[in-house]
Amino acid sequence: MSDLLRMTDLNVEYPVGGGRHVHAVSDVTLAVRKGETLGLVGESGSGKSSLARALLQLPPPKAGSVLFDGNELTQMRGEALRAVRPRLQMIFQDPIASLNPRRRVAEIVAEPLVVSGVRDPAERTRRVRAVMEAVGLDPDVVWTRRPHEFSGGQCQRIAIARALVLEPKLIVCDEPVSALDVSIRAQILNLLEDMKARFGLTLLFIAHDLAVVKSVSDRVAVMYLGRLCEVADSASLFATPAHPYTAALMAAIPVPDPDIPLGDTKLRPGDPPSPLDPPSGCRFRTRCPHAEARCAAEVPPLREIAAGREVACHFPLIG
Amino acid sequence: MSGAVSGGPLLSVRDARVGFGTVRGLLRAVDGVSFDLQAGRTLGIVGESGSGKSVLVRSLIGLVGTGSGAIVGGEVRLDGQDLRGLSAASFRHLLGRDIGIVFQDPMTSLNPVMKIGRQIGEGLRLNRGLDSAAAARRAVELLVEVGIPEPERRASQYPHELSGGMRQRVAIAIAIACEPKLLIADEPTTALDVTVQRQILDLLQREQRERGMAMILITHDLGVAAGRADDIMVMYAGRAVEMATTREIFRGPRMPYTEALLRSLPRLTDPTHTRLSAIPGRPPDLARRGTGCSFAPRCTYRSGRCEAEEPVLSREGGRGFACFNPLGTSGGAGA
Ligand SMILES: Nc1ncnc2c1ncn2[C@@H]1O[C@H](COP(=O)(O)OP(=O)(O)OP(=O)(O)O)[C@@H](O)[C@H]1O
Ligand SMILES: Nc1ncnc2c1ncn2[C@@H]1O[C@H](COP(=O)(O)OP(=O)(O)OP(=O)(O)O)[C@@H](O)[C@H]1O
Ligand code: SF4
Ligand SMILES: [Mg+2]
Ligand SMILES: [Mg+2]
Repeated sequence: MSDLLRMTDLNVEYPVGGGRHVHAVSDVTLAVRKGETLGLVGESGSGKSSLARALLQLPPPKAGSVLFDGNELTQMRGEALRAVRPRLQMIFQDPIASLNPRRRVAEIVAEPLVVSGVRDPAERTRRVRAVMEAVGLDPDVVWTRRPHEFSGGQCQRIAIARALVLEPKLIVCDEPVSALDVSIRAQILNLLEDMKARFGLTLLFIAHDLAVVKSVSDRVAVMYLGRLCEVADSASLFATPAHPYTAALMAAIPVPDPDIPLGDTKLRPGDPPSPLDPPSGCRFRTRCPHAEARCAAEVPPLREIAAGREVACHFPLIG
Repeated sequence: MSGAVSGGPLLSVRDARVGFGTVRGLLRAVDGVSFDLQAGRTLGIVGESGSGKSVLVRSLIGLVGTGSGAIVGGEVRLDGQDLRGLSAASFRHLLGRDIGIVFQDPMTSLNPVMKIGRQIGEGLRLNRGLDSAAAARRAVELLVEVGIPEPERRASQYPHELSGGMRQRVAIAIAIACEPKLLIADEPTTALDVTVQRQILDLLQREQRERGMAMILITHDLGVAAGRADDIMVMYAGRAVEMATTREIFRGPRMPYTEALLRSLPRLTDPTHTRLSAIPGRPPDLARRGTGCSFAPRCTYRSGRCEAEEPVLSREGGRGFACFNPLGTSGGAGA
């Protein structure tokens, strides 16, 4: 399978005054293959959203390359970037806040068509109706209504319709179901799966809920404090985590079954460190049960330990 | 092993009701909920957003004021004492002393301009008559107990100087300082990462067991409830629709909503791209409730009666469910 998107040595930093920076994304090299769903997991503040925004050049990363469908996005500006954007869309966590409250649903979904220069109103209407039907919204019912008249789940459908209307190749979904109720989550996850099949989409799916990530992702990348820990196909990652952090995450998942005993995360006590001043070497070392002197001295590079399995650890749990 | 501890329940709630007057009419946020909680046990309350979990529990402890236009009804007894008639001042007293509370966002219960050690010691001074020095010493001990490194230094810091996980530990230290009989935790770990969540839940459980406190744990995460609660109450649209031991709920739900909820969860044991069994539709508008079972429009087992009549929570062999067409006999191990 070929890569639809490839980021290389991506770095995102935020200045916070006093010459200090939040190291939100550091040296991330990761590819999204055509037609797959790549899951991206990691704790709050690990840099998932920063990475997503940097891919879309919102804003461009501090350093690194983003190669999308043959285009080096970091070198493109203005018109050129706008020409690529229709192929690259994003869906956000808070569906209600991500929709303009003053616009009618039809205008919201049509907006990307207007921006990308589809002038013919009849054509716009046709495409908006088609995409609404695809996501399970009745165009005649929702057309003139506004976002606040809808529930979170319905707003997420509207956001998905808007992301789909230009027939993109890749959709970056940033926590698309985290704000939704458990009983609505499954509806939206099923919808994303259906849309992916129907429109031949590739998805980068960001979430912190591992069960959700596993349910939709062909491969999964795990981030910790701005760096990648591990990349593997879902089945292998969940069966045999190679990075101690992945293993801890898995042991910490609250499983909805009272007969499955709580797993042991084996973490050292203490909180995650600040991204303002990340630990030297491996950023996980302050909580890692296997850390040795080398972990403080050298950054473990992301390396292949088996076919399709990459891990950034000096002492991986397998391989 | 539910129930039969000597003496009555620690907390007894009968027909709790909370209504809010809104422009769209009376919103019945809590609509006739009854339950008992024994000392030393943890009751998990689960249900989706807006089902009334927080309003129920806040109303029990006087935090849903009639000042906000709320209509609060029903009977609440803590250790035999009738709580419904208490004045605001008596409630404040009760809260620090007999009831500890931990909320989702610790910043809502922490005072941003008071040092942490002083906040922890305050209840001890007010309710236990400790002098400042003794309260300060005890505050440091409590910081140690909740797993905060460098407790002396932390005691003289302000809440904003701590991470989210540490703030929640401080909130727990405040909640348990006066050895309350009842600990109420409303989504205590929802804002935290899974690894930190695990540590906080371990801490809560350990304190609850060591002190023999009763605990109400509100969570929308069925995984959290499965791992921490002895009994579970499932809420839907302001009502308790099922109540049973945790194992019974997970092994053999009787109420169709409980079953649907459990089935809609993605499971780690399922391969990728397994289709989820979604629950169609969404919960009813609480201000516009019609007749019948609130879950009926989404229920695959509904019959004519479900739309015409309201099922009440009936009890059968110690467990309760509100459904005219309850699911089969509860099967599975330990049921
Ligand atoms: N605009 C900004 N200015 C300064 N710091 C920022 C900014 N945006 C994000 N950060 C910081 O960068 C780090 C990474 O944040 P990011 O939002 O990318 O994490 P995330 O993995 O998406 O977290 P979450 O799961 O909470 O959404 C965090 O420490 C965050 O506080
Ligand atoms: N002060 C208020 N005035 C009017 N309605 C209110 C008020 N407080 C809560 N409600 C409504 O009462 C219902 C129950 O709310 P509650 O906060 O108890 O839900 P919950 O089950 O705790 O949900 P969540 O999981 O989102 O915390 C909701 O419909 C809510 O909008
Ligand atoms: S590199 Fe060292 S500290 Fe980092 S995860 Fe591996 S063993 Fe742990
Ligand atoms: Mg994010
Ligand atoms: Mg609540």
